[in-house]
Amino acid sequence: MSQDNTQVPSGQQWDVVIEPHYRLFHINFKEVYRYRDLLGLIVKRDFVASYKQTVLGPLWFFIQPLFTMVMYTFIFGKLAGFSTDGLPKPLFYLVGITTWNYFSETLNKTANVFKDNASIFGKVYFPRLIMPLSIVVSNLVKFGVQFLLLCFVMLYYAASGTVFSPSLYLVLFPFVVVLMAAQGLGFGMIVSAMTTKYRDLVFLVTFGVQLAMYATPVIYPFSSVPQQYQWMIALNPMTAIVEVSRKGLLGHGYFDIQMFVSCIIFTVSILLIGIVVFNKVEKNFVDTI
Amino acid sequence: MNTVIKVEQLSKAYQLGQFNTGTISQDLNRWWAHVRGKEDPFLKVGEKNDRTTKGKSNVVWSLKDVNLEIQQGDAIGIVGKNGAGKSTLLKILSRVTSPTQGTVKIKGRIASLLEVGTGFHPELSGRENIFLNGAILGMRKKEIERKFDEIVDFSGVERYIDTPVKRYSSGMYVRLAFAVAAHLESEILIVDEVLAVGDAEFQKKCLGKMQQVSKGEGRTVLFVSHNLSAIKQLCSKGAYLRDGELISVGTSEETVIQYLSYHQKKGIGDIYVKPAPEGKDLELMRAEIFDHDGVHRKQFEITESISIDLTIRCVKKIPSVYGYIVVKNRQEDILIESDSNDLLPNRLEQITEGDNVFRVVIPSKVLPYGEYRFYISFASSFSDSYSVDVPGEILNFTIVDTLTQRGHTRRSKTSSLLQWELKNALT
Repeated sequence: MSQDNTQVPSGQQWDVVIEPHYRLFHINFKEVYRYRDLLGLIVKRDFVASYKQTVLGPLWFFIQPLFTMVMYTFIFGKLAGFSTDGLPKPLFYLVGITTWNYFSETLNKTANVFKDNASIFGKVYFPRLIMPLSIVVSNLVKFGVQFLLLCFVMLYYAASGTVFSPSLYLVLFPFVVVLMAAQGLGFGMIVSAMTTKYRDLVFLVTFGVQLAMYATPVIYPFSSVPQQYQWMIALNPMTAIVEVSRKGLLGHGYFDIQMFVSCIIFTVSILLIGIVVFNKVEKNFVDTI
Repeated sequence: MNTVIKVEQLSKAYQLGQFNTGTISQDLNRWWAHVRGKEDPFLKVGEKNDRTTKGKSNVVWSLKDVNLEIQQGDAIGIVGKNGAGKSTLLKILSRVTSPTQGTVKIKGRIASLLEVGTGFHPELSGRENIFLNGAILGMRKKEIERKFDEIVDFSGVERYIDTPVKRYSSGMYVRLAFAVAAHLESEILIVDEVLAVGDAEFQKKCLGKMQQVSKGEGRTVLFVSHNLSAIKQLCSKGAYLRDGELISVGTSEETVIQYLSYHQKKGIGDIYVKPAPEGKDLELMRAEIFDHDGVHRKQFEITESISIDLTIRCVKKIPSVYGYIVVKNRQEDILIESDSNDLLPNRLEQITEGDNVFRVVIPSKVLPYGEYRFYISFASSFSDSYSVDVPGEILNFTIVDTLTQRGHTRRSKTSSLLQWELKNALT
C-alpha cells in the first residue's frame, strides 16, 4: 500500500502504449527474446504433432529426400544425361535437394504464416515474429536430420572407394546455412505481408518456388551452364549457396568471391525488408485476413 | 488511485464487405492521401456502427472516441448488445489489433482471455497443451512448471492428462483451457464471454476464480459478458457501450440498469427495469427473480421456490386496485393464474404513496421442468378515472429437474413428488 503513494500524477511510467501508427523500425526484439520459450514449444509441437498416429514416424524425414534423389538420378542423370561435374550422381543431387528443400520449405511456410495462424493471431497477442522464427528453427532441425542422411550416403560412397574430397570451403557451410535460412525467411515474410489482403500471391509463390529450382543449380552444375546464360543463373541468390555447399562437401562446385559477397548483401537486405514489412502488417492483419 | 489503463480518444474503423475488386485502387488512393499528409479519404465517410440499418458507406466505426480510465484493482464489467464494440475494445487492449485513432496506455502485464484454449493442438496431450497454451498466453516455462499441479487440480482432468486433447469431451477441453488461463500471473486480466461454455458447476468455479483474482488478489479485471447477474456479482464498476460509443461508466449496478432500460423492449430476462416513469398513477418500476437465499437466478430446481420482487410506485392511491399474474410455459399453457384478491387481504389496496416492494413466491414442487414467462398487469374497477400500468410479459425463468431420478422424463403437469410411507407390515 505504501507504494501507491510514490506514484507521480503526471508523466507516469507506462509499460505499453498502443497507438495507431508506429515508426517503421519499431521492432521489439526484447519482447521476442522474452517469448523464447514459446518458440521452443512451437518447434516441439510441429514435430510431435506431425508424426503422431503415423507408423514410420520421423523416418518420413529420410524417405522424402531419398526417393527424390533416386528419381532425379534416374530421370536427370540416366535419361536426360545431365552432367554432375564428375561426381557420383546420387550424391550430387542429394546435396542440391537437401539445401533447396530447406530454402523452399522455409519460404513456403513463412509465406502462409498469417493465413495458417489467423485463429491464434486473432485471439491472443505475442510477438508475431515468433511464428516465422519457429518455422526457420523447425525446418533447421529437419535440415539437420536430412544432413545426417547426406553424411551417411557420403560415408557409403567413401567406403566404396569413389573419389570425392570435401574441401576447405567446408568452413563456409554453417554460414551458408544461415544465409539460406535468412533468404527463405526474408522472402517468405515479404510474401506473407502481401498475402493478407491479396491471396493471389500464394498461388504465384507456391509454383514460383517450384520453377525457381530449375533456375538454381540443383539438378545441374553451374559449370555446365552455357557461357551466355551464366549471368542469369548467377543472379539467383540461391546459386552461390548451392554451389558453395557442393564445393565444401564434395570438392566440386563453383565459387566466385564477387558472387558470394553479393549474395550476402542481397540476403541481408531481403531479411531487413522482410522484417520491416512483416512488422508493419502484423498490427492490423486481423482485420483484413 | 493508480490508473493502470488509460484509453484516450480511441476509435476503430472497419471496412465492410469484400476485399476484392477495387481494393487496389482504394489502397492507392489511401497511400496517395498519406503521402500528401491528408486524412484517409475512406475514413471520412465512415458512420456509426448500427448493423440493423443499411449505411451509405462501407466503412463503419466499431469504436468512436472512447475515453476510459481504469484504476488498479477495479473489476469492470463491459455491457452492450452484440456489435456495440465490446470485443473490439478488448481486442485493442490485448493488442490483437491496433486502433485507427487514439491511444491506450497500459501499466503492468496483461493476460487476455478472448477465447479459451487458443493454440490448443488436438494431437498433443493435455500436459503438452498446458505448456504450449501457457507459453502462448505469455508464461515462461518455469512459471508453468511451478503451477502445473495447481492447473491440473483446478481443471479436474488429471486422469486424462497424458491423453491427446482430441479425445477430450468439450467440457474437459474447456476446463483445461480455462485452468491454464486462470493461473496466469498478470496485473490485468481481460475476459471475453468465456463463461458461456461449460456446465453450471464449472461456470460457478470460473466466476469464483475470477472473484478471487479481482477481490482477493487486487488485480484489475475487465470482463465482457451478456450474463448480467455475473457482471453484477463480479464487478464493482461497469461501462456501457452502444454503437461504438461509451455511454456511461459507473457502478456495475447502475450500468446494468441503464443497459437494461434501454434494451428492455428487445428481450426479457431475470430483471425488468422500467426505462422511465410513464406518469401513471400506479407503475411497476422494477421486477427481479431471486432464489430463497436472495441470489439472482434464472434457473431453478423443482425443489426450489422462486421469489419475485416487484417494486411498485404509487403516485395516487387507487381504490380496489389489484394485481394480476399469469405464468405460461412455452406451449402457452397457463400454469398459474392468480390475482392479489385470491388470498385476502389484498395487500395492494394498502399501498402507500412512493415506492413499495412486494414479494410474490411461487412455491417449490409446483411447476414442472420447462421454460416459463411471467406476465403481470394491474387493474381496478375504477380504472376509468385512474391510469394503471400493464407491463405484460416481463420476466422469464427456467425450471429443471436434475436431482430426482426420473428427472426430465417425468410427464407430470406439476412437479409434486409423492411420499411412500409404510402404513403397516403384514407378516
